[in-house]
Amino acid sequence: MAILVDKQSPVIVQGITGKQGGFHAKLMMEYGTNVVGGVTPGRGGEWFEGKPVFDTVSKAVEATGATHSLIAVPAAFAAEAIYEAVDGGIKLIVCLTEHIPVSEMMKAVAYVKLKGARLIGPNCPGVMTPGQAKIGIIPGMIGMPGHIGVVSKSGTLTYEVGFALSRRGMGQTTFVGIGGDPVIGTTFIDVLQMFENDPDTSSVVLLGEIGGRAEIDAAEYIKNHMTKPVAAFIAGRSAPPGRRMGHAGAIVEGSEGSAEEKIAALEAAGVRVAANPEQIPDLLAS
Amino acid sequence: MKLHEFQSKALFGEYGIPVPRGKVATTSDEAYAIAAEIGGAVVVKAQVHVGGRGKAGGVKLAKSPEEAREVASKILGMTIKGLTVRQVLVDPAANIQQEIYLAITNDRQAGRALIIASAEGGMDIEELAVKKPSAIVRLHIDPLVGLKVYHANNVVSAMGVPREHYRAFVQIVQQLYECYIKSDAELAEINPLVITTEGKLLALDGKVIIDDNALYRQPKLAAMRDLSEEPESETKAREAEITFIKLDGQIGCMVNGAGLAMTTMDMTKLYGEADGIGPANFLDIGGGASSDQVAAALRIILSDSNVKSVLINIFGGITRCDDVARGILVAYDEVKPSVPIIIRLQGTNAAEGRALIDAAQIPNVVSAETLTEAAQKAVEAAKKAM
Repeated sequence: MAILVDKQSPVIVQGITGKQGGFHAKLMMEYGTNVVGGVTPGRGGEWFEGKPVFDTVSKAVEATGATHSLIAVPAAFAAEAIYEAVDGGIKLIVCLTEHIPVSEMMKAVAYVKLKGARLIGPNCPGVMTPGQAKIGIIPGMIGMPGHIGVVSKSGTLTYEVGFALSRRGMGQTTFVGIGGDPVIGTTFIDVLQMFENDPDTSSVVLLGEIGGRAEIDAAEYIKNHMTKPVAAFIAGRSAPPGRRMGHAGAIVEGSEGSAEEKIAALEAAGVRVAANPEQIPDLLAS
Repeated sequence: MKLHEFQSKALFGEYGIPVPRGKVATTSDEAYAIAAEIGGAVVVKAQVHVGGRGKAGGVKLAKSPEEAREVASKILGMTIKGLTVRQVLVDPAANIQQEIYLAITNDRQAGRALIIASAEGGMDIEELAVKKPSAIVRLHIDPLVGLKVYHANNVVSAMGVPREHYRAFVQIVQQLYECYIKSDAELAEINPLVITTEGKLLALDGKVIIDDNALYRQPKLAAMRDLSEEPESETKAREAEITFIKLDGQIGCMVNGAGLAMTTMDMTKLYGEADGIGPANFLDIGGGASSDQVAAALRIILSDSNVKSVLINIFGGITRCDDVARGILVAYDEVKPSVPIIIRLQGTNAAEGRALIDAAQIPNVVSAETLTEAAQKAVEAAKKAM
């Protein structure tokens, strides 16, 4: 078992004929993901690597029974793609797109929740269940099947830690990249809850960063609801306040969002916090 | 992107919010002319993107145009928290009866706009939140519904403003919300919004921050960016589409991905802090790490004379490390850096990438396998050069 995606999950790619969408759709198929088709308005009836392309999400869902979607379209069209996925009946939407205006995401996230779908991202690397399937851009080589759940705000930091775990033979149930934007569809708490309820997951790695209070809320949740051990790393101890460190959400504002504050909250909740991400495998092994 | 006070107030004015009829001066003579045109007492205010201008002596009252000239000549050119004052706003002085706080901001946790208001304005809102939280009114707005009149009514009623100004305040809440939405603002703040002794409302000070991700559809606001307040290296990086932030340490960092870039900075601090060594910058080179990008990034990093060593940390996922290594070697040839460079490649084809770097046998270039090893080597190299 795993969370969010397995090898049966039927996936469509919105933007499959685009450069990004096509490239990653192919890699997803090679990894074993059940990609059943794609969507590009005006390109319906064409084929991509043996998979049908549709004009609209609702046509794709009707023809293929897709329940999962990857959104790989430019920022100006991404919010629209999320609404279309929801209205087309998609249950799990993974949005890779970076640089979507926050005001658009506030509306889109509210709509996704209203309609009972789930959105991962935006500005995220996606979801991967090693040995089964991936939706997004997480490189297959960083993971191997096992029992550690990984949830992260960042892409390459996730790869770093996944790679370090796999090298030590410590496999993973699922990687979930929730994204580095201020307003996102799925939070640390949502994913922690899924890992806590997943019988196959025995421990969890949380990779956070400066900005906002999601890690503080996660610490509160861990303290009150989690029985499984959690190890963590928080990036940005050396970041100056008031500056946006690459991710739109990575900014210390006033007294809120500092790494120190988050580390203290996590440690108080019994989480082992690494000062160096390469120490995470040791923290989990001990 | 932050707007200056004068830009923020001009923007408020476009939405009908009453603002003082001041103007911006870049010389003391201009300040004189503006003060003469306004007539009577004026306030001369430094326009820089930092708080605490008043305490730093960057805001002064002047009773005559002559005095305005004198005050402006002192404020222009002064340094406030590291920023040089290049322009001042000359506003008519107001007779303040009551100060009010009103702001609309993104509440990222709630995923909603949040209206924050208090009839006890004037002081820092974070300070007020600690000292007297009951004096602050907060209201979230559902993004799918937007601000309705009753929302504004709820806010103003809870604030407890003087009855005769009730309707005017409701209108200002609506106008500020419209400004916030239409400008793609992260923050639209009036502090203070005053009631004058003549019974007029005025937005005396304003602060607006625009969502960087929305600037593509806000060309008028994007054009207001003040490049003079930004280090030249950051302007260059933005033009090269590299995310770069200048810091004050000695180790130049080049990394792919924002989270890993921060982590790499943290590692240099973790191993260097005891010797006063830390990161010289944040730099996210993005996905591809082609030789062009690497060369541009190297140039930007090396333009900082504080840099004593460079740490390149690339995790190859989809990108192959041998491609990245070739890119780095081409860039190295082009830029010819004089400081030691530590290169750490990990992930897809990392061994091949490291072999290429090692085979090139460039003095001053060292490869490392783990991030820990790379950070320690970069710290050592910087220490030697200091």
